[in-house]
Amino acid sequence: MWKPEPSLADLRYTVEKAGLSPETLLAAYRQMCLIRSFEETIADRYYIGKTPQFNMAAGPIRGEMHLAVGQEAVAVGVGMHLREPDAVVSTHRPHHHVLAKGVPADKLAAEIFGKVTGLCRGKGGHMHLFDAEHRFSCSGIVGASFPQAAGAAFAFRHRGEPHVAVAFAGEGAANHGTLAETLNAAVLWRLPLVIVIEDNMYADSTPKWQALAQPHQFQRALGFNVPSYLVDGMDLIDVWRVAKDAIERARAGYGPSLIEAVCYRYRGHFEGDGEEYRTREEVERWRQLDPIPRLAEWLKRLGWADDTTLERLRREAEEEVARAVAFAEQSPLPDPQEALVGVFR
Amino acid sequence: MTRTMKGIAFAIAEAIDQEMAERPDIVVLGEDVTYWGAVFGFTLGLYQKYGRDRVIDTPITEQTFFGMAAGAASVGMHPVVSLMFVDFLGAGFDQMYNHIAKNHYMSGGQFAMPVTILTAIGGGYGDAAQHSQVLYGLFAHVPGFKVVVPATAYDAKGLTISALRDSNPVVIFGHKLLTGLPFLPFEGQEEEVPEERYTIEFGEAAVRREGSDLTMIAAGLMVHRCLRAAEELARDGISAEVIDLRTLVPLDSETLVTSARKTGRVLIVDEDYQSYGMTGEIAFRVQAGALDALKAPIRRLAVPDVPIPFSEPLESAVIPSVERIVNEAKTLLAAGARA
Repeated sequence: MWKPEPSLADLRYTVEKAGLSPETLLAAYRQMCLIRSFEETIADRYYIGKTPQFNMAAGPIRGEMHLAVGQEAVAVGVGMHLREPDAVVSTHRPHHHVLAKGVPADKLAAEIFGKVTGLCRGKGGHMHLFDAEHRFSCSGIVGASFPQAAGAAFAFRHRGEPHVAVAFAGEGAANHGTLAETLNAAVLWRLPLVIVIEDNMYADSTPKWQALAQPHQFQRALGFNVPSYLVDGMDLIDVWRVAKDAIERARAGYGPSLIEAVCYRYRGHFEGDGEEYRTREEVERWRQLDPIPRLAEWLKRLGWADDTTLERLRREAEEEVARAVAFAEQSPLPDPQEALVGVFR
Repeated sequence: MTRTMKGIAFAIAEAIDQEMAERPDIVVLGEDVTYWGAVFGFTLGLYQKYGRDRVIDTPITEQTFFGMAAGAASVGMHPVVSLMFVDFLGAGFDQMYNHIAKNHYMSGGQFAMPVTILTAIGGGYGDAAQHSQVLYGLFAHVPGFKVVVPATAYDAKGLTISALRDSNPVVIFGHKLLTGLPFLPFEGQEEEVPEERYTIEFGEAAVRREGSDLTMIAAGLMVHRCLRAAEELARDGISAEVIDLRTLVPLDSETLVTSARKTGRVLIVDEDYQSYGMTGEIAFRVQAGALDALKAPIRRLAVPDVPIPFSEPLESAVIPSVERIVNEAKTLLAAGARA
């Protein structure tokens, strides 16, 4: 989202008003670096065996691959307010969400590589990631996350537990009837639900201006009496402060909210995407809004970090990713016999 | 203590009631589940006892309340969800077959999906193509659902309690003409049902009538029509065995094969569509275990591959009737008497 660069006074006012400490912002920076490094490392390994001839079945990582480079601020700005018993239901593009929920990167990487040490013992894959301990699940079916998060929220409210459920989805999924249906039900039953729409402008290859009669999800949600917010998804501080209010509101029992986060994915819808639907210039323009250097710049201007600190955090994150990916690469594949068990409990 | 009960609807509702009384994890969700007892009676009386906190009328949004069931189950609830007519599955099937049925497997066993789905099936009362189907074959085809088709009130209660104690998705298909509700024809029988709780194991077919000349295999309403057909056949000196499958998944192949080996002739009767359905699957399993004992090719009677038409003579022409079951049985007996 293009907006004037904040003055130092603006920045100071914003972080103070939001209650953001240097520790929190530095942790956010490290987490965003972790996600960026994770996605780029997965991309690197994904193409092993897939060049020069792109064959989805070849190499150590098989199948489709949807990466979230550029969308880190949305996941981290929301995820930092969540606790372990809170539920997150994500989408076909889930890595940033799962890492922001605190799921270990090594088990995530191992699942992506189809290894028996993965989150789902190799049965899920990159679009079907589950971690019961962190109450994280996702679905490769577009539009499926809304009602499932509402169901977890229903259970929390029914049992009187102070937990929150978050549904992530893209602006393409927001065209699905499940969004309208879930907004309606969430208000009726005052569910502790936060819906986060990551508007990255494209549903696969279809630009939003060809697919959305109402370009703003917050306006749709307001029609259901759901408190709704439009945030800059490339601005960690903006996402963080609004998510804080929405999640606190849900946790306190006042019901659902919707956050529309305008963001951009720097890579294709999936790896191998020819990106015929957008120009290189457009991608370059959005590169200037990259949420990671942007936050780094603000941290420096606030006097909360210098280049050495930022470099150290980035390196730490990269090392964590390198260890996770090495764990995945060195882990064994599942025994073929395991394919035949586990349909029923 | 037992008492006489007419139909499966009250038996299912009683089973849910008795489990809900002790199990705070059970909630009932769906359209018209309060005043109307999910229309076909499966939740009658629950709202009056447990209130709207636990018996919840949902908006008409199948994909959303089935998605909510998946989400609630993932954090430890046991939702009982009404899919009023099975014909409405199209409005919510994604959440059922892609999520409720798969999340346990896809998660490497981390997420149990204890969801009990109640749905009404079948025709024979003039509700036509979008309100008369059976469709359990679709559910049985997808890995991850247990498929329960009670034919009696006794079974309905015991199978429902088993479903509520199962940590897997179970779909209970209650035939409308077996509900015992005053606004529908009733083709079952009044029977003794214990007041106390009991369970019936899934995967155990019941031999409803013993016979020696042929085996008739069916589920739900068709069990009763086969039993009536068997009575008529008996008047002609033909001894028919009738097997009630009770559950399609898991399927009790052993009882079917044993009976087929005994009689040597098998007729499968089904109210679902014929092709790629239950009849073909049963026939495969029977021949795999009893081919050498079969005296004639297996026969089947199912809904020919057309939608259920409205007008009475048209509807009667496609849903297997007692008369057509009798005719099929006689054709089977006349067929190729291999030694």
